[in-house]
Amino acid sequence: MRKTPFVLGCFAAALLSSAAHAKTLVYCSEGSPEGFDPALYTAGTTFNASSKPVYNRLVEFERGSTKIIPGLAESWTASDDGLEYTFNLRKGVKFHTTSYFTPTRDFNADDVLFTFNRQRDEGNAWHKYTEGTSWEYFSGMDMPALIKDIVKVDDNTVKFILNRPESPTVANLAMDFASIMSKEYADSLEAAGKQTDMNQMPIGTGPFKFVAYQKDAVIRYQAHGDYWDGKQPIDDLVFAITTDNSVRMQKLKAGECHVAPYPNPADLEALKADPNLEVQEQEGLNVGYLAYNTKVAPFDNAKVRKALNMAINKQAILDAVFEGAGIAAKNPIPPTMWSYNDAIVDDGYDPVAAKAALEAEGVTDLSMKIWAMPVARPYNPNARRMAELIQADFAAVGVNAEVTSYEWGEYLKLSKDEDRDGAVLLGWTGDNGDPDNFLSVLLSCSSVGGSNRAQWCNKDFDDLVNKAKASSDAAERTSLYEQAQVVFKEQAPWATIAHSVVFMPMSNKVQNYKMDPLGGHRFDGVDLAE
Amino acid sequence: MIGFLLKRILLLIPTFIGITIVSFGFVRVLPGDPVLLMAGERGISEERYAALLSEFGYDRPIWQQYLEYLNNLVHGDFGNSLVTKQPVLSEFFTLFPATVELAFCAIILAIFIGIPAGIIAATKRGTFIDQSIMGTALVGYSMPIFWWGLLLIIVFSGTLGWTPVSGRISLLYFFEQKTGFMLIDSLLSGQKGAFGSAVQHLILPTIVLATIPLAVIARQTRSAMLEVLGEDYVRTARAKGLASRRVVGVHALRNAMIPVITVIGLSVGTLLAGAILTETIFSWPGIGKWMIDSISRRDYPVVQSGLLLIAAIIMIVNLLVDITYGLINPRIRHQ
Repeated sequence: MRKTPFVLGCFAAALLSSAAHAKTLVYCSEGSPEGFDPALYTAGTTFNASSKPVYNRLVEFERGSTKIIPGLAESWTASDDGLEYTFNLRKGVKFHTTSYFTPTRDFNADDVLFTFNRQRDEGNAWHKYTEGTSWEYFSGMDMPALIKDIVKVDDNTVKFILNRPESPTVANLAMDFASIMSKEYADSLEAAGKQTDMNQMPIGTGPFKFVAYQKDAVIRYQAHGDYWDGKQPIDDLVFAITTDNSVRMQKLKAGECHVAPYPNPADLEALKADPNLEVQEQEGLNVGYLAYNTKVAPFDNAKVRKALNMAINKQAILDAVFEGAGIAAKNPIPPTMWSYNDAIVDDGYDPVAAKAALEAEGVTDLSMKIWAMPVARPYNPNARRMAELIQADFAAVGVNAEVTSYEWGEYLKLSKDEDRDGAVLLGWTGDNGDPDNFLSVLLSCSSVGGSNRAQWCNKDFDDLVNKAKASSDAAERTSLYEQAQVVFKEQAPWATIAHSVVFMPMSNKVQNYKMDPLGGHRFDGVDLAE
Repeated sequence: MIGFLLKRILLLIPTFIGITIVSFGFVRVLPGDPVLLMAGERGISEERYAALLSEFGYDRPIWQQYLEYLNNLVHGDFGNSLVTKQPVLSEFFTLFPATVELAFCAIILAIFIGIPAGIIAATKRGTFIDQSIMGTALVGYSMPIFWWGLLLIIVFSGTLGWTPVSGRISLLYFFEQKTGFMLIDSLLSGQKGAFGSAVQHLILPTIVLATIPLAVIARQTRSAMLEVLGEDYVRTARAKGLASRRVVGVHALRNAMIPVITVIGLSVGTLLAGAILTETIFSWPGIGKWMIDSISRRDYPVVQSGLLLIAAIIMIVNLLVDITYGLINPRIRHQ
């Protein structure tokens, strides 16, 4: 009935007898992982429990930043035409030895090929290894169209051949879906007819090895003794799944966990005042926006859009909706992202000027819809309330707005319609720390009718973003993205509302924890004071 | 008695078929579909959307899907979760013991306090004691569970530090869960202090979950007792000079128990369906929260088969209640 593995007897006894000496870090996580094969999923909660502790990627994000550093690849080179990336693999990397698998060889190029071929090759035996397998992120990042081939040059060298030059490729390979799996483990599961165990009993090269998962309750990991980057300072890592925000904070205060994410904004003051706790904070790599439908009059007129933007009181939204846990957004990318153009001046809150500008464009008695998402997201904790505030702001400039909503799945689908009636509240959280992941995905001509909810296609903007995508010169890319943000601000396809601020309360025994700008929770390199 | 039992069991079959229709239809009439929710803000191309729908079989006519679902059920296949890819039956039985354990403790607490409280209130009718008990029961019955649970956690776990905040056992203890019932597994593990820790973790959730059934049982016991205490045979028993304790405890109580058992049976059924709020507050890995999460993700196989399994359990509990009636009241089994 239960497949969860248990390292019984000796291990349990050893764990208890050494409990006094072992350093165990308890993280009160906000939800259960959907599984442990990160390539199958898109949720951060799942990545925190799978790809972050258990796996490595060819390249990694440096802890606490979006900088790409070597991972399982020691180094890499790009061809001059930007179509080939050659990765030199690290030697002597060990996969986890657990109660259910003992590796006989080190990591090599076969593992890299297995990892990606199972996602891209429909003929691969692992392409549909469990019912309803879908490689959402791999597809979502357009990898099937981007990768022409992956070639094993030798055991320690792999070459990615692309169909078109695309500089965010290396950053994409640091994402969770690119976590390197063990081909040897896959072969052993296949031989035993237990392929689905790949998603329940993971084997990786990461800093922690999986020990056990009690569904919806506890996940246990142990530091990987042979980790290529050295053993972790802590011995054991435990995820105590605690879904309610208030209860999580009570557990933190009571010392039942060391780190607990997503506090209620109302609890922050008390948490900060607690002498046993520390509250770290960081701007999230996200943006919440109101996207006009630029294909429908009068929103096809940039002056009308800018006038409406001036009618919105962002500070009131920050106070009422974010309760202080947000900052006003002026650009479509967050300030922590490289190439953020800080020279841009936001459309200031000025209802009088807004009303005059609308009248100048002949817009009187305008009625419109504001779509409010039915769910709370990091970039918008309460869309209904935000919509109501904007509705009141618009009423003050003579625009009659009606707030509308749909079930979440329907909302995402209907908001893509090119002839959609109304402006949509939505947002985005960055995947790979690259500006392209915001500007191209959300605002390019090719995303119209898809993730470009403004249905906005501007040639100047598109040329700049496409040029930046094809360039591998960081300085040139930065300059191009800065110019693209200027075009965006002039054209105002969105009202940029806010970037949320993420808070992470933790026991002051926790040392060297670094908040991840990409929103993940990582415990490699973290220590506990005695 | 056997005829009575057979009749009850035969009646379960049409009920069961009705439930398959309701549970299958329920999740499909909700707007939104699982594929769109899986993709989230990132979206999904139309071709991929169609391919996934076809892979899950959701592009076929609804009656075909229903017939296949029934066919699979008959063959013991309850389907796999769209999210975790695990068999629904296996997930259900992994989580169900936690729900049963908590429900069992709560109902025991509710019975052992609720019935005596109701009897005392009835025998002291109109006194300060009666009013205090019934007043408290009314407060318990009206208690917002989420608020009540958090309040207990803040006072007993936060301020006083007497009980753990949430979970089923201290994270220090780690052993294989042979039965899924933490009280039993902790004893079987042989680890010192494990059982005590499991009991400690049960205290607050049991109190919270027992609050409403306790109030209902107390009120029901009181009104049933009052009715019975006014009957002729009770007056006769008193007139014969029997001790008051014997009149109340033997003559009146047994007859007053019939409506109380109905209430207990209904409460057990509800508790076994999963206590969503209590499970959420106390991070209790039971089926209530599992079902709610699955509904919000439109995880069709989990919702339809989970509802069916829960309904089956409630039906079995109802059957047991009917049998208990028969045992207590010979008139029912002879009807």
